[in-house]
Amino acid sequence: MGRSLKKGPFVEPSLLDRIEKARVAKTKTPIKTWSRRSTITPEFVGLTFNVHNGKVFNPVFVTENMVGHKLGEFSFTRTFKKHGAHTAKAEAK
Amino acid sequence: MPRILGVDIPGEKRVDISLRYIYGIGPVNAREILERSGIDPSVRAKNLTESQLSQIVNAIQDGKYVVEGDLRRELGMNLKRLQGIKSYRGNRHIRSLPVRGQRTQTNARSRKGPRKTVGVQRNPNAKTGIH
Repeated sequence: MGRSLKKGPFVEPSLLDRIEKARVAKTKTPIKTWSRRSTITPEFVGLTFNVHNGKVFNPVFVTENMVGHKLGEFSFTRTFKKHGAHTAKAEAK
Repeated sequence: MPRILGVDIPGEKRVDISLRYIYGIGPVNAREILERSGIDPSVRAKNLTESQLSQIVNAIQDGKYVVEGDLRRELGMNLKRLQGIKSYRGNRHIRSLPVRGQRTQTNARSRKGPRKTVGVQRNPNAKTGIH
């Protein structure tokens, strides 16, 4: 079920503060965050976030198309495993 | 066999049924369209007059129904957008796995297609017994 429109999109308040600061200071340094549940709003566009996936922080550069999605959708929590030959390329991973 | 909107050729059926052969028109839309154009749904499609056909076409185009190529393109664009922004859902579409969190250990055959047996490929460098 979708979220009630009355409430508006959810964004972690502390994250909003940091976005505000970054926009005022015009810095492009990635914002490190654990808040995968935050919805991407138009204010996010053009910023880079380092989104935690439970282990590491994945850089996510936010573009206009991403508005309305959550930050967590762009930082995968699982590695995709595949069957295959033991080639040098596959072993290197 | 009358033609509606270029390629579609619904057959010897009632109009309300034969309209559903157009991609993007289902039972509800078909009934609505016939109501708009004031045509009896029980008429066979082959018995429609030219003016009735154009009435149907008008009803489809004015009624803002997205149909055929436009609808297919729209769906394709939605997929492309998800894949372009490297989202989880886009990724699942690329890999043709279920998108909405279903299990994949078993089932999910509609998305994955027929079962493929994967044989063991031995690591040539591994020593026997240790691997």
